[in-house]
Amino acid sequence: MTIEALKEKITALFPAVTFEEGSQWPTVLVEPTDWHRMAEVLRQNESFCFDYLFCLTCIDWKTHLTMVYHLDSTIYRHNLVVKVKLEKVNPAIETVSDIWQTANFHEREVYEMFGVNFLNHPDLRLLILPDGWEGKNPLLKDFEDPINMIKL
Amino acid sequence: MVEEIGSTADGNIILNVGPQHPATHGVLHLVITINGETIQKVEPHLGYIHRSIEKMCESLTYRQFIYVTSRMDYLSSHINNHACALCVEKGLQIEVPLRAQVIRVLMDELTRIASHELWWGAMAMDLGAFTPFFHAFREREAINDIMEETCGARLTMNYMVPGGVMQDIHPNFQKRVKEFIALFKSKVSEYNELVTGNIIFQNRMKGVGNLSAADAISFGCTGPTARGSGVSCDIRKLYPYEIYDTINFEEILETEGDSFARYMVRVREMSQSISIIEQLIDNIPEGDFQAKTKAVLKLPKGEFYQRVETARGDFGVYIVSEGGTTPYRIKFRSPGFSNLSALDHMARGSKLGDLVAMMGTLDLVIPDIDR
Amino acid sequence: MWSFSKISKLIDSWLSVNFSSTWTMVIEMVIAGIAVITLFALLGLVLVLMERRVAAWIQIRLGPNRVGPGGMLQSLADTLKLLVKEGMTPDGADKFLFNLAPFIAMIVAMLLMAPIAFASDFQLWDLNIGVLYVTAISSLMVISILMAGWASNNKYSLMGAMRSGAQIVSYELSAGLSIMSIVVLSGSLNLNEIIQSQADGWWLFKGHIPVVIAFIIFIIAVTAETNRAPFDLAEAESELTAGFHTEYSGMKFALFFLAEYINVFIVCAIGATLFLGGWMPFHIGHWQAFNHVMDFIPSSIWFFGKTFFLIFLIMWFRWTFPRLRIDQLLDLEWKYLLPISMFNILLITLMAILGWHF
Repeated sequence: MTIEALKEKITALFPAVTFEEGSQWPTVLVEPTDWHRMAEVLRQNESFCFDYLFCLTCIDWKTHLTMVYHLDSTIYRHNLVVKVKLEKVNPAIETVSDIWQTANFHEREVYEMFGVNFLNHPDLRLLILPDGWEGKNPLLKDFEDPINMIKL
Repeated sequence: MVEEIGSTADGNIILNVGPQHPATHGVLHLVITINGETIQKVEPHLGYIHRSIEKMCESLTYRQFIYVTSRMDYLSSHINNHACALCVEKGLQIEVPLRAQVIRVLMDELTRIASHELWWGAMAMDLGAFTPFFHAFREREAINDIMEETCGARLTMNYMVPGGVMQDIHPNFQKRVKEFIALFKSKVSEYNELVTGNIIFQNRMKGVGNLSAADAISFGCTGPTARGSGVSCDIRKLYPYEIYDTINFEEILETEGDSFARYMVRVREMSQSISIIEQLIDNIPEGDFQAKTKAVLKLPKGEFYQRVETARGDFGVYIVSEGGTTPYRIKFRSPGFSNLSALDHMARGSKLGDLVAMMGTLDLVIPDIDR
Repeated sequence: MWSFSKISKLIDSWLSVNFSSTWTMVIEMVIAGIAVITLFALLGLVLVLMERRVAAWIQIRLGPNRVGPGGMLQSLADTLKLLVKEGMTPDGADKFLFNLAPFIAMIVAMLLMAPIAFASDFQLWDLNIGVLYVTAISSLMVISILMAGWASNNKYSLMGAMRSGAQIVSYELSAGLSIMSIVVLSGSLNLNEIIQSQADGWWLFKGHIPVVIAFIIFIIAVTAETNRAPFDLAEAESELTAGFHTEYSGMKFALFFLAEYINVFIVCAIGATLFLGGWMPFHIGHWQAFNHVMDFIPSSIWFFGKTFFLIFLIMWFRWTFPRLRIDQLLDLEWKYLLPISMFNILLITLMAILGWHF
């Protein structure tokens, strides 16, 4: 499917989404409440078939957080980037670990690094950070650790 | 974690494998629940070598941050550096000279062989055979010597820079690589005699740690781990970078999805890498080894993602730039992290000894998982 | 010709001239005890060095080559290091059993030394049920391992001990049946008589293919019984860190280590005695001239040569094969080795009754 056709198809199914221009892959902006339903369609729908979530991360824009999902299809080999804007205070989003199992670990990483709360996640615990780091989110821009951090 | 130590009410035992354990090849900590010898659950606890490289990179310039990435997957440091260099080049739209591209691909493939050699030895050691480790190191040393001559380092090379490679190859490079190819070809039959054909080894590997193609995709497994399940996922073929689209090589696929299939993929991949090197080693074009770049690199505002195929799978660099000299945010998509997440699914119901074999075939490098 | 038996007879006659018969016996026992302990220590040092040298040779490296001439004193230096190391007892361990276990391992290994004939007429105890004694005592080995694994209060140790229990008890059967096949052929349980029965050729050659099968099964079974790779599941470094001796350090660990090597020596000595004629030189039927030439090589050299050849074989296995899984290990014994050896012993009995051997 070409990028244009992909965009058209997504707009037809989800009129609320907007597209972002200027990067190598088609990028779509989604509301947090729509995301899980859309993810299911992207995974299941035979003309999309985005079965491979190869990157899941978060960006701290100081005013808000952005979840970034990089999707790939092992059948059609087309890519899609999904971005979801989250609140800075108490960010929360529906998990996609029931759709792509790889999201389980990646969401746990984002949870501890950015403090994003993934709703309905089966096992939302610290993965990389040791016990006692709950609530401290090192990859946020305003994180301060006077002991361990070296400012360059 | 205190309550996890001890045995559970239903007669299961909770066993801490790691962080210091001979089979975890580093500081991986697995909390496994076993019933007798049968594994009920595997739960990885990561972070023993977490250095927050992503955070560190936010305060390093686009020239500096590449050096940090060598320390992630230290067995394919060239390829990590390569991904970062490519990503920065993508942002700056630098055209890399052909000579540099060929050298990069040569180095990538040498690194891949070296990494697979180490894996092969370590994997056999996990199964209790010590000897292959030393045999593998004989060939790996030859590669390390080549690397040392050209890059000045044996493990963390830092040879790739935005725009090309740091310096031209050593005059002996071609001669040494050809010597290595001859050495490797004469020794590869030894591998098959010592390990692959061994009946105990085959019994330990076949039908163990099954991973179906659908699960491999869902868990985000890449590299030889997924190719052992028949998932075509070689970035060099699917999204070619550098000159990989002009090279004639085969993507190795096995369909069984068990430990032996993953083993065979890696062993056969070494021969493919040799074939790539053979095609290129006599055809290194003359020219610059580095493009002209500015002293201070400033990426335009935007997002750049580069995927490459490391020895372990799909390695991705995601740079978010705000237009400054340092990245605003960097995400490294490490193949080992996703491959490890499939371990629990694979290991349930198998024996404790098989867990070690499965971890061996996943080819885990802990700094790559923790970053 | 110089031989051990002459020395022992010389000492015996000198003692009986100078002391009463009771004192002669006491002094001889003390001498024998000291000799066994010395042999023990010596064998430990030599076998550890040999193992490391064999491993190095197989693994294309040099091995120990710094301490002493050609690294000969390396294991002595290691012993010294182990002696001065602190022997720690973990907090939750059963202290008594924990400390007792390594000694049991040693005592069992020492007891097994008694009926072995090191050279012609050179034996501690010419027991008329030598074979039975060896099989009985060697099965006590598992007690020390179980004790160590249980008392350590460590899950790895416990798993190693349980594995080892299952393994030793299973492989005892095959080893016992292989030994029985020679007993059937020679018609005696006395090790000396078994050796004498091989004066016209070793059983391995006299007994046709069934004895060769018994020999192969014996080697496999004793490799498993002594917990050596590819059957080192009780230790299984990559799975159970160090298995039953995870918690041991210093000299207590060294005793386990030593006992393992002594056990290897003993099972190989038994194998050499039963199948390769012990100290009996290589004789072929009635070729008097040939047999006479062979007799010029001292019997002790024959014995140690055969034993060390078998030890080398077992070391070769260790550095070549990967480890089996626990279920495969038990499958191998109960589904393959045991039925084969049961059928084999029937065949050998038939052979012995009909006199089909040479």
